[in-house]
Amino acid sequence: MSDHVIPTRVYYTVFAALLVLTALTVLVAEFDLGRLNAFVAMLIACTKAMLVILYFMHVRYSSRLTQVFIGVAFLFLLILISFTMSDMLTRNFELLTAVSGL
Amino acid sequence: MSDTHSGLVAHQFDDVEQQRESVTLGMWTFLLTEIMMFGGLFTGYTVYRNAYPEAFMYASHHLDLVLGTVNTAVLLGSSLTMALAVHAAQTSNRKKTVGFLLGTMLLGSVFLGIKVVEYSHKFHENLVPGANFMVDGPQATNQELFFSFYFAMTGLHAVHMIIGFGILIVITVMAWKNRFSAEYYSPVEMFGLYWHFVDIVWIFLFPLLYLIGAHV
Repeated sequence: MSDHVIPTRVYYTVFAALLVLTALTVLVAEFDLGRLNAFVAMLIACTKAMLVILYFMHVRYSSRLTQVFIGVAFLFLLILISFTMSDMLTRNFELLTAVSGL
Repeated sequence: MSDTHSGLVAHQFDDVEQQRESVTLGMWTFLLTEIMMFGGLFTGYTVYRNAYPEAFMYASHHLDLVLGTVNTAVLLGSSLTMALAVHAAQTSNRKKTVGFLLGTMLLGSVFLGIKVVEYSHKFHENLVPGANFMVDGPQATNQELFFSFYFAMTGLHAVHMIIGFGILIVITVMAWKNRFSAEYYSPVEMFGLYWHFVDIVWIFLFPLLYLIGAHV
C-alpha cells in the first residue's frame, strides 16, 4: 500500500503541464488550420485527460483489472461516437429528402 | 492499532488490499455510466456540429473566451488541491487533508460563481434558446441549437459540481473528525476520482464550446 503514495512533486508537475496545454490549445485555436482544427483541439484535450487519469486518478499505479475496465469504458464511448458518425457521414440526405418528399 | 485496522475491513473481504481494490473498481463502474451519459451529449454535439459547422462557429464566438480559460485553470487547480488532499490523507496528515479539501471547495465555488456570471450574460444577451432567442449572423436556428448544447452540457456539468460540493462538505467534516488515516482513506480517494472525472468532462467541453470560433 505504501507504494501507492505518489510524491507531491508529481502532482505539481502534472498541474503545470495541464496549464501549459490549456494555454497551447487557446493559442492554437486562434489560427485556422482547416480540417485539422478539431483534430488538434481533441489531441490536446485527450493528452490532458490522460494526464489527469494516469496521475491524479492514480490509474498508472492501479491494478491491471482496473486499467482494463477503464480502457473498455472508453472503447464503448468510441463505439458510440464512431458508429453514429459512420452512419451520419455516409447517408445521402438529399436522396432521403427527395424520396420522402419533405 | 491492529484492532482498529481489522475493524476497517468489512466481513466480506479478506484484507484491506482486496477491499481497496473492490472500492476502486466499484467507483469506476459508476464513472463508466457517467462517461456513457455525457457520451450521449458529446455524440449529439458531434452530429450537429458536423451538420452545421458555420453556425456552430459563429455561435461559439458569443462565449466569453477569457472567462472560459480562467475557469479551466480554476478547475484544474481544484483537481490539484483534491489530489493533494488524497495525498495528505494517505500520509495521515489531518490538518493538510482538511486544508486541501477546503481549498478544493473554494476553487469549486469560484468556478460555479464564474459560471453564474456567464449564464446571466447569456440571459441578458438573449442567447438562451427559447422564445426570446435572438442572434446576429447566418443560420439563427442552427446557432440556437449550439446554445441548446451549451446549456445542456455545461448545465449537466454544473449539476455534477454542485452534487460534488455537497459530498465534499461531508468528506471535509469526516476529515475534520479525524476519520481518515494511512490505513483508511477510501472515501477521500473515491471522491477524488469523481472530482477528477468532472474535471475531465470540462477539459473536453472547453475546446468544443469555447474555442471552435476563436479563429473567425
